[in-house]
Amino acid sequence: MLLITCPWCGPRAESEFSCGGEAHIVRPKDPDALSDAEWADYVFYRTNTKGDHAEQWVHTYGCRRWFNVIRNTVTYEIKAVYKPGETPAGGEA
Amino acid sequence: MSEAVRLQSPLVGFQLDARADAGVILRERAFCSHLNLRGEQSDPAFAAAIKQVLGLEVPFTPNTTTSAGDQTLYWLGPDEWLLVAAPEQAATLEAALRKALAGQFASVVDISGGQTVVELRGGNARDVLAKGCPLDLHPRAFGVGQCAQSHLAKCPLLLRPLADGFEVVVRRSFSDYFFSWIEDAAQEYGFSVVS
Amino acid sequence: MSAQAKRLDRGGRIDRATPVNFTFNGKTYQGCAGDTVASALLANGVHLLARSWKYHRPRGVIAAGAEEPNALLQLETGAYAVPNARATQIELYEDLKASSVNAWPSVEFDAMAINGWFARMIPAGFYYKTFMWPKSFWTKHYEHYIRKAAGFGVAPVDHDPNRYEKTNAHCDVLVVGAGPAGLAAALAAGRSGARVILADEQAEMGGSLLASTQTIDGQPAAEWVSAALAELATLPEVRVLPRATVYGYLDHNFLTIAERLNDHLPLRARSANRERLWRVRAKRVVLATGAHERPLVFGNNDLPGVMLAGAVSTYTNRYAVRLGDKAVVFTNNDSAYQSALDLHAAGVNVVAVVDPRSNPQGELPLAARAAGIRIIDASVVTEARGGKRISGVQVMGLTANGEVGGSAQALDCDLLAISGGWSPVIHLSSQSCAKAIWSDEKACFLPGKPVQAEVSVGACAGEFTLNAALAGGLAAGAQAAQLADFETGVPATPEVRDPLEQPMLALWRVPSPAKPGRGSKAFIDFQNDVGVSDIRLAAREGYQSIEHTKRYTALGFGTDQGKLGNINGMAVLAEALAQTLPETGTTTFRPNYTPVTFGTIAGRDLGELFDPIRKTALHGWHVEHGAKFEDVGQWKRPWYYPRPGEDMHAAVNRECLAARNGVALMDASTLGKVDIQGEDAAEFLNLIYTNAWKKLGIGMARYGLMLKEDGMIFDDGVTVRLAENHFVMTTTTGGAARVMTWLERWLQTEWPHMKVRLTSVTDHWATIAVVGPKSREVVSRVCPDIDFSKEAFPFMALREGTAAGVAARVVRISFSGELSYEINVNANAARQVWDAVMAAGAEFDITPYGTETMHVLRAEKGFIIVGQDTDGSVTPQDCGMGWAIKKTGDFIGRRSFSRPDTARSDRKQLVGLLTSDPNVVLPEGAQLVKNPNAPIPNPMEGHVSSSYWSANCGRSIAMALVKDGFKRMGETLHAPLGDGRVVSATICKPVFIDPEGAHQNV
Repeated sequence: MLLITCPWCGPRAESEFSCGGEAHIVRPKDPDALSDAEWADYVFYRTNTKGDHAEQWVHTYGCRRWFNVIRNTVTYEIKAVYKPGETPAGGEA
Repeated sequence: MSEAVRLQSPLVGFQLDARADAGVILRERAFCSHLNLRGEQSDPAFAAAIKQVLGLEVPFTPNTTTSAGDQTLYWLGPDEWLLVAAPEQAATLEAALRKALAGQFASVVDISGGQTVVELRGGNARDVLAKGCPLDLHPRAFGVGQCAQSHLAKCPLLLRPLADGFEVVVRRSFSDYFFSWIEDAAQEYGFSVVS
Repeated sequence: MSAQAKRLDRGGRIDRATPVNFTFNGKTYQGCAGDTVASALLANGVHLLARSWKYHRPRGVIAAGAEEPNALLQLETGAYAVPNARATQIELYEDLKASSVNAWPSVEFDAMAINGWFARMIPAGFYYKTFMWPKSFWTKHYEHYIRKAAGFGVAPVDHDPNRYEKTNAHCDVLVVGAGPAGLAAALAAGRSGARVILADEQAEMGGSLLASTQTIDGQPAAEWVSAALAELATLPEVRVLPRATVYGYLDHNFLTIAERLNDHLPLRARSANRERLWRVRAKRVVLATGAHERPLVFGNNDLPGVMLAGAVSTYTNRYAVRLGDKAVVFTNNDSAYQSALDLHAAGVNVVAVVDPRSNPQGELPLAARAAGIRIIDASVVTEARGGKRISGVQVMGLTANGEVGGSAQALDCDLLAISGGWSPVIHLSSQSCAKAIWSDEKACFLPGKPVQAEVSVGACAGEFTLNAALAGGLAAGAQAAQLADFETGVPATPEVRDPLEQPMLALWRVPSPAKPGRGSKAFIDFQNDVGVSDIRLAAREGYQSIEHTKRYTALGFGTDQGKLGNINGMAVLAEALAQTLPETGTTTFRPNYTPVTFGTIAGRDLGELFDPIRKTALHGWHVEHGAKFEDVGQWKRPWYYPRPGEDMHAAVNRECLAARNGVALMDASTLGKVDIQGEDAAEFLNLIYTNAWKKLGIGMARYGLMLKEDGMIFDDGVTVRLAENHFVMTTTTGGAARVMTWLERWLQTEWPHMKVRLTSVTDHWATIAVVGPKSREVVSRVCPDIDFSKEAFPFMALREGTAAGVAARVVRISFSGELSYEINVNANAARQVWDAVMAAGAEFDITPYGTETMHVLRAEKGFIIVGQDTDGSVTPQDCGMGWAIKKTGDFIGRRSFSRPDTARSDRKQLVGLLTSDPNVVLPEGAQLVKNPNAPIPNPMEGHVSSSYWSANCGRSIAMALVKDGFKRMGETLHAPLGDGRVVSATICKPVFIDPEGAHQNV
């Protein structure tokens, strides 16, 4: 049971949250300008990082806000939590 | 709604059972007016409009409430609040708030039929909630003036500490499950339902 | 033998005034309150308690706690049966009934003991080698034999009558273990005002102090324990949990504790809850879990009467048991000399202490010598003798280069106390991801550098003296409180004097004087019958990793998880591989520390409370009117309403006919509903749905399809426009929460510039669908202030007014193809409005219908149900719904339409199916083939997604997803069914009634 710090509500139990997968997958502005391969990369392909991984989480049972988490997929340590549109303290998103 | 309308709260059908020795005492405050408010914290006009209609400051600090009389505003999210007021106020308040917020990036939605207010008191009110809710409910961590959304087992809920217990806002469709869960979990403490 | 013949006359912490009767293997015994089953049996002179797993060798009690590998009992029978209960941890209660596991027909005469004679034929890995061939023998012979020969206890088959609780808890400091270090830590932390939980697995707190002869501040140790507990009881924020095993240390300082609430009570006195699972989030954790003594490894070291020296002291001092008449102590360290002294003080003849070290000069050996106890130094026990109980040992000298030699001497004894040193209980520390560190000096693994907010103190940190435990505990408790933001100092350490000790001599196995392959078996893992020879065999066969060796030999795989044997096993493997112990490494410690019963993990998550049962505001009416219910997601929805004498088929036929010929009504309240406001609301819908929304008139409704970015259908529903910037969306019942989260995600993360506000109104609105040619007449009576005429209230329009005096939104919409209206009202008033509709429809025999009829009615029209006719791999085009896709402008999923796979024209497409025999209803999910007689694998052409009997059509109808289906109209496919039948059906358009849509255009 992870302890996740919601940027608004503070530290809460993992059971209040849902994970939405990799963060910073930006929807292309003009999908028609993309090749099939580029579009497939956006829709289907994820990095599956071993180590620090930027993820989107939503505080499902709490404030229902989406936010970003840098979580180490090996140690489960949460290195940073930041709101959409922000960059994590001390690093690149 | 007119007097002629026969209303049924989400907890219709549960029998009152007042017991003096109960460690958990449940009471429903049925038919309260519930309005969901969404607006811009950064727009001073938002708080001003709310204050003008309700006389209440908007609680901008996460997980806090403001109250006056029988009206309470709960922080639900950075742009979302819940107003709980006395029964039969929803339509009037909705109209007044809509008017005051006109032109703002804000919304007012009546959800009075969708949820109900339950109060839990007794020496074991905290214990029974702790069985299903992951929040730290100790008064040092969660005191009067605060509120929090969380879950009890698989039931979403909104909690507010009272001086002598907890107030719980439960969604209508989950209220049956909520009641059954609390009733079962309170068995070891003694359970009572009062009006 | 008289009752408790082996009970010492005085001493101990048992309550002699409260005798307790119990039954073991059918024979009645008496013990005392405060006994464990193990101590009570030992007090009755019973040492043979079990048979071993593989060889069925006689086994007795070796330890006094959770680490016990041998004394596993079947406790009670029927619903209260507990398999593999450790006799060392079962508190004695009146009328307790226990029996040996692994013994057939009895523990005294075990027919399977013959396995022991064939030990060389069933070596390590025997499962993998012996029983491989022939395959068919597995189920018929091998498995049966192995189960009978090898099984542990028997799991109960009856329903568990117990209640189990779970609770969440938060604390500043969690202290695990209430021995000297843990009690000291709890005191130091508790005095600061911090919220402290102190958990200990035993009924009585105090740990090693309960059997100790040391003094603290001049008082007997047990008195210091009492005083500490009394003080803790006065601290309001300290919670003391006895009988509570901290069995898991999980992520982010989340720990799980199994508290046993009534296992110590007689069965008849048990009520309320059996166990409580504490799910604790701790700011800081102090681990004070103590140490387990290691056995020494020599021939027949598993005989009953061979016991760990510390356990010998515990049974002697704490339980007042006379364990034998003639004892030998075999130790490589000073601590077991205390056991020799304890036995001596209890009047037991201590024949000798055998010590591999030369001339030990520690304070305890000197005290033993002074007490007249013979010390045989520079020597080892090479072999124990005996049958069902040890009768003697063979002792030989140990040379400086580690070989046995010289003449053997035989000593008679009925008790052998052994000590191979101590292993800190680092299980929880390791579970918290701290990597254990090997200490050559202490010959044990020590807790590694903390990864989480924890610290180990006392024996579990390799600090084995009482003074270090108390001082370390006080310091750790105070520091933990400080780190949790409490101001406090470190209390002064009480006055304690520990005997001066000399270093131990690491001795992982006693060299065997016999030739390789001869000699008696020397056990490492008692529970799994793993010996030195098995580990060496594994090494010879190429197993180099300890993790592989563990799995090959079953070392550490028992219910004890190798608490006693693992270190010796690793050392033997290291030696066989000619490497060091740290190079060999340790296996991974995982939760659970000791077994946890399933009931505790399940708690309240079972039966009716396993998952929420969501109910609509009209649920009571449905129940009163005999509805059968169907689960739709978490909702209970009326499935059909049988009248007396009707089966489901008859009821559904009646409901279907009523909807098309008269009037019927349905509770549609479970549909998800989202209030959408804001100046960008229409633009937002343009992106979320496949069709266009900007031009939708105010007061009008439109059907929308929602896709994922892969172009596949995700949800659907009707959205109405209440005002220029105000919409209400409906979603599928099961998709409501998913869609809400999806919409918010786009707004919050991708399009924060859009001015759109969402509010879930699913629970607020009750929705009553009134369907059929007579529906207009009915709703006109219920909503007198709304003009329902065809011209004033067209199809796909919304009108606001009142229904039975209640403010209502009425939408003219149809999921059946008939004229129909959906009345939405505040759910608190739903019953009043429903009753009014029923009353207004009475003269038309208005008929309530459920989800089954809804499904049939929509299938007759070819309307899809997302999640039934689609499965996440179906595009709008596949469903023939290209009409719902706008020609210009982007939306979620659009770009994927031109991906080569999505753009194929021969994808599986939604078609209708008419069976050749109109009376046959195809099963949903049936696969379709061209030629039912083709050899397997027969190429699949598609599958049936929806299939019903249609009373309105007078025949069966079905929908199916078929490869290139649109071009195959009129073709006959075949569905070979599991029961051998082959059903033939012809492909058609999936509209079976009123293809021109005349019914709703009235």
